[in-house]
Amino acid sequence: MSIFIEAAIRAVFVFGFLLVTVILLVWVERKFVSDLQNRVGPDRAGPWGILQTLADGMKSFFKESIRPTNVEVALFVAAPIIALMTALLIFMVVPIGAPVEINGTEYALVGADLNVGLLYVLALSSMAVYAIVFAGWASGSKYPLLGSVRASAQMISYEAAMGLSLVPVVLFAGSTSITTIVEQQQGTFLGVFPAWNIVLLPSFVIFLISGFAETNRAPFDLVEAEQEIVGGYHTEYSGFQFALFFLAEYIAVFNISALTAVLFLGGWSGPVFGPAWIAWVWPIGWFLLKTWAIVLFFVWVRASLPRMRYDHLMSFGWKKLIPVSLAWIILVAIAIGIRDFGLPWS
Amino acid sequence: MLNQYYGDYVTVAVFVAVGAVLVGAAIGMSKMIAPRAPGGFKDVPYESGIEPILGGWSQSHIRYYIFALLFLIFDVEAVFIFPWALQLEYFDSIGRGMFALIEMFVFIAILLLGLVYAIRKGVLKWE
Repeated sequence: MSIFIEAAIRAVFVFGFLLVTVILLVWVERKFVSDLQNRVGPDRAGPWGILQTLADGMKSFFKESIRPTNVEVALFVAAPIIALMTALLIFMVVPIGAPVEINGTEYALVGADLNVGLLYVLALSSMAVYAIVFAGWASGSKYPLLGSVRASAQMISYEAAMGLSLVPVVLFAGSTSITTIVEQQQGTFLGVFPAWNIVLLPSFVIFLISGFAETNRAPFDLVEAEQEIVGGYHTEYSGFQFALFFLAEYIAVFNISALTAVLFLGGWSGPVFGPAWIAWVWPIGWFLLKTWAIVLFFVWVRASLPRMRYDHLMSFGWKKLIPVSLAWIILVAIAIGIRDFGLPWS
Repeated sequence: MLNQYYGDYVTVAVFVAVGAVLVGAAIGMSKMIAPRAPGGFKDVPYESGIEPILGGWSQSHIRYYIFALLFLIFDVEAVFIFPWALQLEYFDSIGRGMFALIEMFVFIAILLLGLVYAIRKGVLKWE
């Protein structure tokens, strides 16, 4: 099969998977938050309101995308597209299951197993900052500008912490390919515990916290603090252009959850039962279970924690997360040094 | 036939293309369906209901710029740390494992020194 056709089929699968997931994700979030807050939540469209997101999405198609007078047209139009594209493309390096054999050929259940997978993820999440800066700047209005300046400063701060928190994972696996990192987490440790990267606990915690900041989720959602700056960088967006930002945000939440599951919770590794024709479903199930658990954690945090103050947010990132992750890199490097080649005293 | 290495990047390129077509098609469809009636007060930049005062591009504080500088330092540093993390085993195989480890400790120590300097300078203080 031509490599182009295969890639195109993979792309359609990955994007289709993401879009269906996001429709579910928005519903799950609204329903779960309303459960936590003792209200009913969406319950009109479809059973338990499960089609609510679809209805909202369809509605945005039929609404006018207003373009205010002061707008820089090119950047204003480009910003939501960049936001959605980066969110969609990050997921292509996440393996959602063990390789599947069809007619003697093995297919990896991943968009592409890039040998620089982790760096690709970091690079694309840096690109996502452009969308926000462009949106804020091009709107030609005060609230979006304030929101985007805040957002970009916040995102780049936590991106530094996020990048550093991944170094121990790379040290551990000796590779930046995400598939290799998952394979290295197979099996058990001391016979009972799954050999997940969760043993790198500080990395896990730092990655998750910076994930919250990267996706502008509560308690780090100052970017969209309605009480201070209305909608933040997307104040001037309406209709379908707003829907693109909205989609991008939720896909980003799913991406971070999937990456956490893959990098720290063993991804698709887990016990497999049953005959061969059913066995291939298990890894996908494990991956989805772990990812959705983290998604629910995201929602739980949103319903529980108040928004942080901006100066606290920044000093937390620079004074705590970054020094801690640097110190942790040194510790892990020493541990790996002892394991692999012994230090002077051994 | 393309080898594996380039094949991966062809896949990335195809993903970008398919994504662009998808997003483009969605936007095009919305453009066709959605009404378009510019004019009136809805085209005025939003300022909580009052008419906008002065221009849309206001000044922002210098400290955001300093964060960008700090970020640059730490991101460039990641460029050094990731290859080091990947090549640690190779350094060990040529008998230079200790050297590579200590080298990186010195590097990280200098970096931390820079961060401490920035904090002592009051970059992270908000008044």
